[in-house]
Amino acid sequence: MLTFTVFGSFWLEVALKVGVLRRVKRLALTIFPVALIFIAWDAYAIASKHWRFDAHQMLGIVGPLNIPLEEYLFFIIIPIASVMTLEGVRAVKKHWPVGDIDEL
Amino acid sequence: MSYSDLAVTSVLLVVLFDLFIVRTQLLTKAIFWTSYAIIFPMQLITNWWLTSRLIVIYNPDMIIGRRLAGAPIEDLLFGFSLILATTSMWVFNGRRLKHK
Repeated sequence: MLTFTVFGSFWLEVALKVGVLRRVKRLALTIFPVALIFIAWDAYAIASKHWRFDAHQMLGIVGPLNIPLEEYLFFIIIPIASVMTLEGVRAVKKHWPVGDIDEL
Repeated sequence: MSYSDLAVTSVLLVVLFDLFIVRTQLLTKAIFWTSYAIIFPMQLITNWWLTSRLIVIYNPDMIIGRRLAGAPIEDLLFGFSLILATTSMWVFNGRRLKHK
């Protein structure tokens, strides 16, 4: 599923030159605070048994807060894919306002 | 709190964040909704994959029970929150880091 997302979005980096991975600092400052909150949510959901993962279909590496490695990767890869999609749309629709300094 | 409670709460908080806190106001912009329209079907595909193969299993007591593409509808709120929070943060940082 994570591989699917990577293939589905990361080509934008090359094809549309969205330059998301190049803007490391901005990307890190975007992913980190959001991931903190969602990882807290995930930890609570796992502890409260809102959802669980089939151990046979997981890598078996479990990180802090009883959260599997795949979940940590999820909160890095999905945000990158989201930003790439946004920048992909911007690359095609250059006149659409976004509200940041990449305009003009 | 159940998954349903948290999912609704998170959407409300992220909407407040986008509209009034960092004021990126992506909810009022075509760029956001077009991006979301691209991501949404992708989420349905990955949700279907993760639920139909029982990779992720949801506790029936913690969801209202309505499902789309195999996954609880709460997942759509979760996804919406994550996508809006991320893109809003990205645009906010793009404004703030202008003097890198």
